[in-house]
Amino acid sequence: MRNAFLETLYELALEDERVTFITGDLGFRVVEKFMENRPKQFLNAGVAEQNMTGIAVGMALSGRICCTYSIANFPTLRCLEHIRNDVCYHDADVKIVSVGGGFAYGAASVTHHAMEDLGVMRCLPNLTVIAPGDPVETRAATRAIIAQKGPVYLRLGKAGEPTVHAGEIDFRIGKAIRLREGNDATLISTGGMLWTAGKAAEQLAKAGIQVRVLSMHTLKPLDVEAVLAAARETGALLTLEEHSVVGGLGSAVAETLAEQLELKVPFKRLGVPNAFSPHIGAQDYMLTKHGLSPEAVAQSVTDFLKVARRPPQAADGGGDSKKAMS
Amino acid sequence: MTDILATLYGKILRFDAARPEWPERDRFLLSKGHGCAALYATLAECGFFPKDWLHNYYLNGTQLPGHSTHKGIPGVELSTGSLGHALPVACGMALAGKRDGKSHRAFVIISDGECDEGSNWEAALFAPQHKLDNLVIIVDYNKIQSLGHVKDVIDLEPLADKWRAFNWGVREIDGHDLVALDDALSNVPFEKGKPSCIVAHTVKGKGVSFMEDKLLWHYSSPQGDELIKALAEVDAAL
Repeated sequence: MRNAFLETLYELALEDERVTFITGDLGFRVVEKFMENRPKQFLNAGVAEQNMTGIAVGMALSGRICCTYSIANFPTLRCLEHIRNDVCYHDADVKIVSVGGGFAYGAASVTHHAMEDLGVMRCLPNLTVIAPGDPVETRAATRAIIAQKGPVYLRLGKAGEPTVHAGEIDFRIGKAIRLREGNDATLISTGGMLWTAGKAAEQLAKAGIQVRVLSMHTLKPLDVEAVLAAARETGALLTLEEHSVVGGLGSAVAETLAEQLELKVPFKRLGVPNAFSPHIGAQDYMLTKHGLSPEAVAQSVTDFLKVARRPPQAADGGGDSKKAMS
Repeated sequence: MTDILATLYGKILRFDAARPEWPERDRFLLSKGHGCAALYATLAECGFFPKDWLHNYYLNGTQLPGHSTHKGIPGVELSTGSLGHALPVACGMALAGKRDGKSHRAFVIISDGECDEGSNWEAALFAPQHKLDNLVIIVDYNKIQSLGHVKDVIDLEPLADKWRAFNWGVREIDGHDLVALDDALSNVPFEKGKPSCIVAHTVKGKGVSFMEDKLLWHYSSPQGDELIKALAEVDAAL
């Protein structure tokens, strides 16, 4: 995803001299072409994310379209108030780009696990939040955020993610992409978990469970219509994200469902517990350890549907608890 | 700080109050956003908005909040209030100006207490690296911060030498001396290829005997007899 983003941004920079790439001293062997060929549109701000964010705002308020770029939590949490006050309040044309969302830097320790970024960014007014599902979505998202004026947070994986979409996609900010049809349940994925969601759905299909898979590449604004249609048409929803179950996609979908008075639908969040991971290891290892491999996700869906489809218990079964309370 | 604002808006800055967004204007950013009352008064004096707005400062349902705000207030470039934000933004404005071949400049007033914020020193490192000699900061060095005197909280001395060590062109002046302010601000950049820093020694509450160098007046507004006495002392000095 990182390479897809940088290649696309470079193309855009050639087309439009307002497009400016600002890195927090990261990008060895991937940003050199940009640096050498578009020096007036490239800036290494050094290891100083607060200043990097402020500079981006100053340049954006002077007419440029700026991308700040760093890894994991550095371009987001480290400089959060600069994003809130300077980027968002001024509606500045700044795109905050983080590579290594989730466990991409899993072996690098908890400091490099980006597990709360989507939740935190989703709270900020004026900020669009996007986590593309594969390199195809990343290219489309990069073009879309540069074309859309205003603040965006773009959360990417690192490198080497498999391409999920075989052909052209209709990428529109705020509109989920349906990857797979199914009517037994819907698996809503964000970011690089899209591949996992697709694989899990394939495995479930072999067991006779047809799962709809949605790529919810835009967390904010959320595609409420797609969520509600999935709830009505498939009767059970699960969210899947390489992020804490607090604050991200699962929370966004839960908020939507909770306010639907007429719609009661079984719902489950799959993601990472709201705790610092005790594990160390590469991304695949970390995902497996947290129950987010395709096999584990398929099993979670199966287990969930067994409970979700169970007939309701009789309503008068509370006698014992009444006695205990009295 | 009012003396600094009066000099900037009276003699130094290029602006057009009728066109606050004029692309060639010099940018002024008040980093110490809590000093916005003086900025609002200056902007009103310059004709950016009607003076009667000032009577409603800080009141329910009005235009002028207690920290500099760009929304709906012509002439305010940047909303500030959290400290350590304006200098990085000014660096971006100065850099964009340089790269785009523009002649406008960026001026920032920062407070002394605000020099505790690390983001200012990130920007202080950045600006000389990129030879931003179209960037000027004025440190309003009144020696008092929120909870005490600067030397007792986080001593900044030697402050001018710190900026010199960061490769800025530096001048130290009496921040209430209008001739010295005019001279310094008219001669930026002090060194070609370097950003400029003016360490302006000031007295908090200058011109009102019972306010000078008193922490109380970081928070209080004079009322009744206090207000009459304060205005009389200021008028007498004019």
